[in-house]
Amino acid sequence: MKMNRILSSLVPSLVFVFLAFPLLGIDMSPKDLKLTISLAPSNSLTFILVAGIAIFLFQYFRFSLMNTAEFVKTTVLSSSVKNIELDKLLANYWVWAAFLVILFTWPLLLGSSTSLDISIKVLIYVMLGLGLNVVVGLAGLLDLGYVGFYAVGAYCYAMLNFYFDIGFWVALPVSVAAAATAGFLLGFPVLRLRGDYLAIVTLGFGEIIRILLNNLSSITGGPNGINGIDKPTIFGLEITKRLKIDKEHGQTIYDYFGFDYDRMYMMMVIYFLALIMVLFCLFVINRLQRMPIGRAWEALREDEIACRSLGINRTAVKLSAFTIGASTAGFAGAFFASYQGSISPESFIFFESAIILAIVVLGGMGSQLGVILAAIVLTALPEMAREFNDYRMLVFGALMVLMMIWRPQGFIQMKRPSIDLNGESKA
Amino acid sequence: MSYLLEAIDLKMQFGGLMAVNGVNLHVKKNEIVSVIGPNGAGKTTVFNCLTGFYEPTGGVIKFENDEVQGMPGHLISRKGMVRTFQHVRLFKDMSVVENLLVAQHRHLNTNFLSGLFKTKSYRDLEQKAFAQAKFWLEKVGLTEFADREAGNMSYGQQRRLEIARCMVTQPKLIMLDEPAAGLNPTETVELNQLISDLRSDFDMTVLLIEHDMKLVMDISDRIYVVNQGMPLANGTPAEIQNNPDVIKAYLGEE
Repeated sequence: MKMNRILSSLVPSLVFVFLAFPLLGIDMSPKDLKLTISLAPSNSLTFILVAGIAIFLFQYFRFSLMNTAEFVKTTVLSSSVKNIELDKLLANYWVWAAFLVILFTWPLLLGSSTSLDISIKVLIYVMLGLGLNVVVGLAGLLDLGYVGFYAVGAYCYAMLNFYFDIGFWVALPVSVAAAATAGFLLGFPVLRLRGDYLAIVTLGFGEIIRILLNNLSSITGGPNGINGIDKPTIFGLEITKRLKIDKEHGQTIYDYFGFDYDRMYMMMVIYFLALIMVLFCLFVINRLQRMPIGRAWEALREDEIACRSLGINRTAVKLSAFTIGASTAGFAGAFFASYQGSISPESFIFFESAIILAIVVLGGMGSQLGVILAAIVLTALPEMAREFNDYRMLVFGALMVLMMIWRPQGFIQMKRPSIDLNGESKA
Repeated sequence: MSYLLEAIDLKMQFGGLMAVNGVNLHVKKNEIVSVIGPNGAGKTTVFNCLTGFYEPTGGVIKFENDEVQGMPGHLISRKGMVRTFQHVRLFKDMSVVENLLVAQHRHLNTNFLSGLFKTKSYRDLEQKAFAQAKFWLEKVGLTEFADREAGNMSYGQQRRLEIARCMVTQPKLIMLDEPAAGLNPTETVELNQLISDLRSDFDMTVLLIEHDMKLVMDISDRIYVVNQGMPLANGTPAEIQNNPDVIKAYLGEE
């Protein structure tokens, strides 16, 4: 038995050494037009040896490791008692009030504009996550090209501002409408598709948008993108250091209140703006979820045929989910463009779609709280641990795998709104 | 004589297979009509044609004298013809009440803005939907499960919820596809009672596919027998029971 275990652990480690040695252990360098082969520097060899031993040990102790993992899983991660406590906690309005207070005093606690920058990015991803949550989490339509709508929103504001000098607040609804239209138009042909097929078509759509932006250089500036996009104004007051939008009659918010300009103040204003926008999205989508249309989204995810037999128009319901999701992305996109001041197709690559999807899946499909949590984890952590940037994707992948093993339902499982039969719907 | 539902010379062909060939159905208001036949006779295919899941290859379907063949399923359902399924098709991850609320979708105020601001008309309609859901939950005896996930209930309860879900859409004709399949004898008796109540208390017309002959003979006004896609016989339960062709189809020749 023991021999057996040693043998079955030895095989993978030997296989590793056998494969790794020719790749890493041999140094080949050209010398006088000839290839000289020598042993690699000793640290590479040590690495191979250590890795081989590590694999052996892991295989040998695999069962006890698994048992520990199982123990951790049952005691720490998924105890139902904890979930009930969480529910209770969330039902308390004071908890929410405390949350809000923390959120609004957050920039004062941080004290550096870099961490504020991260917070603003997190808020943008929260918005994107909330929007995609409608499409993927509620309506069950796997959308891999979500970043396309984000790009439409961002470029819509950037171009309106660049070519026609239109301000943020006027352009915002236009951007939302443009993204919604894009969602609507894409929705029509792809509604017949399901699952994998839908995923591939939306993936293609996202890429088409990016390639269009790259190649329509005369309008979009091509790979250079659009620069010098105006920041939002607050009730007509500009938030940049020097007047930029209306140089003659304008006034900066700092002059108005008698402050001296500090980059920190500007970031704070933008943070508050983002926070308000997130709260707005949260409110609207939360309400939508409880409206007939929200219930229809979920019903459609559960069983399309039953929906049809109950007189629900599949096309209209799917289109509405797609459109709502897209318009949220447009909303976030316009904000992103104005915050960054410059955008290029680089910001709208497929990887972004993947991150947003990961936020939804990791957070827990359909759960808004989960989405917010996952957005923080997936955006803030990589930014804070810049030193580990090289390993970012590795950690990201490992996190996904672990989540799928331990909590496939995501951080926080979607809670059904409990309904009192007397006609009042509780929180 | 006008019928609530009328199917004339209904045909449905899948490639070379004639699944339904020349079936005629006539259902009057407030009747309970059953369609029976051996397995694979094409009963469910008839249902699928009637409710718009298939577009029939030939024939005419009239509901309240409007031709409905080939219409999209959700529009047929809105006309007041709803069905249950041979295999229960509930929204499993949603709560029982939500299942009933979804079914009332077309009676609710689905306007985005009125929902956002909870206007009076929105709240009133929502309230009415709750009342309706509550009423039917009580009727099928599932009130205590209102908050439970639909998929977590027993099979018999799921069957009853499916019927309740049809009823809250306020239909004119309810079509039940093997409602007694998988039920124990007590539950079948309850189902019998429920279907009779639907007719007597709610003025409902019922079209039924069923294999439980006791149930069929008990509650049907008339019975259609289908065999291998073709109409075999129709008449009152007593007539069908004594029809030599029907006996032959079910039991084989002596």
